[in-house]
Amino acid sequence: MASNALPPQPIPSSHPLAPAPFVVRSQTAETPDTHTLVLSPSDGHAVPPALPGQFNMLYVFGVGEAAISLSGDPSDATAVVHTVRNAGPITAAIAQSPPGQTVGIRGPYGRGWPIDQAKGRDVVLVAGGLGLPPLRPVLYGLLAHRERYGRIEVIYGARTPKDLVYYGQIQQWRLRPDIRFQVTVDAADRSWYGDVGLVTARIPDTRFEPGNSVAFLCGPEIMMKYAARDLEARGIPQSSIWLSMERNMKCAVAVCGHCQFGPAFVCRDGPVFRYDVVRDWLATREL
Amino acid sequence: MSALPRGAPAHEVPLRVEEHPFFERLDPLLTREAARLAWERQFDTGAMIVRDGDPAEWFYLIFQGKVALEIASAEKPHLTIQTVGPGEVLGWSWLVAPHFWRFDARALKPTRVLAIEGAKFRAVLAAHPEKGYQFLMRLLPIIAQRLENTQIQLLDIHGL
Ligand SMILES: Cc1cc2nc3c(=O)[nH]c(=O)nc-3n(C[C@H](O)[C@H](O)[C@H](O)COP(=O)(O)OP(=O)(O)OC[C@H]3O[C@@H](n4cnc5c(N)ncnc54)[C@H](O)[C@@H]3O)c2cc1C
Repeated sequence: MASNALPPQPIPSSHPLAPAPFVVRSQTAETPDTHTLVLSPSDGHAVPPALPGQFNMLYVFGVGEAAISLSGDPSDATAVVHTVRNAGPITAAIAQSPPGQTVGIRGPYGRGWPIDQAKGRDVVLVAGGLGLPPLRPVLYGLLAHRERYGRIEVIYGARTPKDLVYYGQIQQWRLRPDIRFQVTVDAADRSWYGDVGLVTARIPDTRFEPGNSVAFLCGPEIMMKYAARDLEARGIPQSSIWLSMERNMKCAVAVCGHCQFGPAFVCRDGPVFRYDVVRDWLATREL
Repeated sequence: MSALPRGAPAHEVPLRVEEHPFFERLDPLLTREAARLAWERQFDTGAMIVRDGDPAEWFYLIFQGKVALEIASAEKPHLTIQTVGPGEVLGWSWLVAPHFWRFDARALKPTRVLAIEGAKFRAVLAAHPEKGYQFLMRLLPIIAQRLENTQIQLLDIHGL
């Protein structure tokens, strides 16, 4: 996709389809159906460097392979972190991998978030549901060099309070004076004293300088469609809004066409796209 | 209007209709009339502000705090479907016959509001149709936004 502003990431050339063995070091339940795995290479080598927003293909022997975003701290070269929701047979097998189990990993693939473009500007992160894991590496990166950025506003929405991932860490982030982390859920019982409503309902209350901001969005496409529209209405140009399009994929090396998205391949040209590039394809059915 | 609005009368610095964003740049007559019909109230955490099925005699300008709008079903007696906060307006049942609340509203934090007498304010709108139209055009986008939110919520977008 020529008009997307970032250069394509090189696809790893040596044995691009051969997974390397990684061992599960820990497995933490985030919600009843979502687990975070910390994995490190079985051979003790460093993990391949990755950019926030990239993904790996995780392979469970005898079950199959799925694309899973990197969700850990990108500066940690000893381990990769993946947060996986049990959506079907493959993700169930990955999410339930106990410590000590070997999982095949190839990657990283795809274009990440254009964090460079955030320098000197306000940053708005909008995450819905399992959209927070692919944005967490961005937040780690921003906070590691906090002085380089203006305001940091995060809006995170989930279906109910029980569906919030990284709950303990969110409490820590919410205590920080140098970022604003808003959490909202679609519905709640009386034990929840936080906000209820869509992430878009929090946008009017979000503080940023419209002409000098970037926004990174990840979550259900319909959520990104409305959030991007509302951020644009508040003055952020389409060219400063970026979205991660996690359309289903198989090969991850732009061969099979499974993840074709308009004229682009999510695995090669994405998953992160600029809003003006994908606007017309948003929330249309998968091809 | 027989009853007074729920909640305790306030004793702090008085709230002023003209300082609420909903009334910003609305015709001064509307602001003046609303101020004349306003009762300041405060609610402790957990206090009910309106109750489903009660006559909708008031609408509320929220200045401080947070309010949960709850609906009830047999399985889920208190399901919060939305929260509203400072700068927002609570309720339009006072405008739409038969003027009954369709949800419970409960304070999630200490909350300060101005409660405006609905029936009398309706009469003001009817007596000044042009200004009444201006008022409705201020309210309509809020209603449209909430309808859109409800539609998106119906899609259960996080369900995958
Ligand atoms: C770039 C990218 C990054 C991803 N990152 C993560 C992640 O960090 N964590 C995570 O849990 N999942 C992530 N996914 C989604 C994950 O790859 C799919 O859920 C997985 O492939 C489903 O395989 P399965 O065999 O478990 O389920 P299947 O039986 O194949 O599918 C189960 C259900 O999920 C739907 N589905 C499959 N893939 C997707 C998708 N990509 N988006 C929406 N719905 C889908 C199917 O239509 C079906 O209804 C990512 C996908 C992509 C393309």
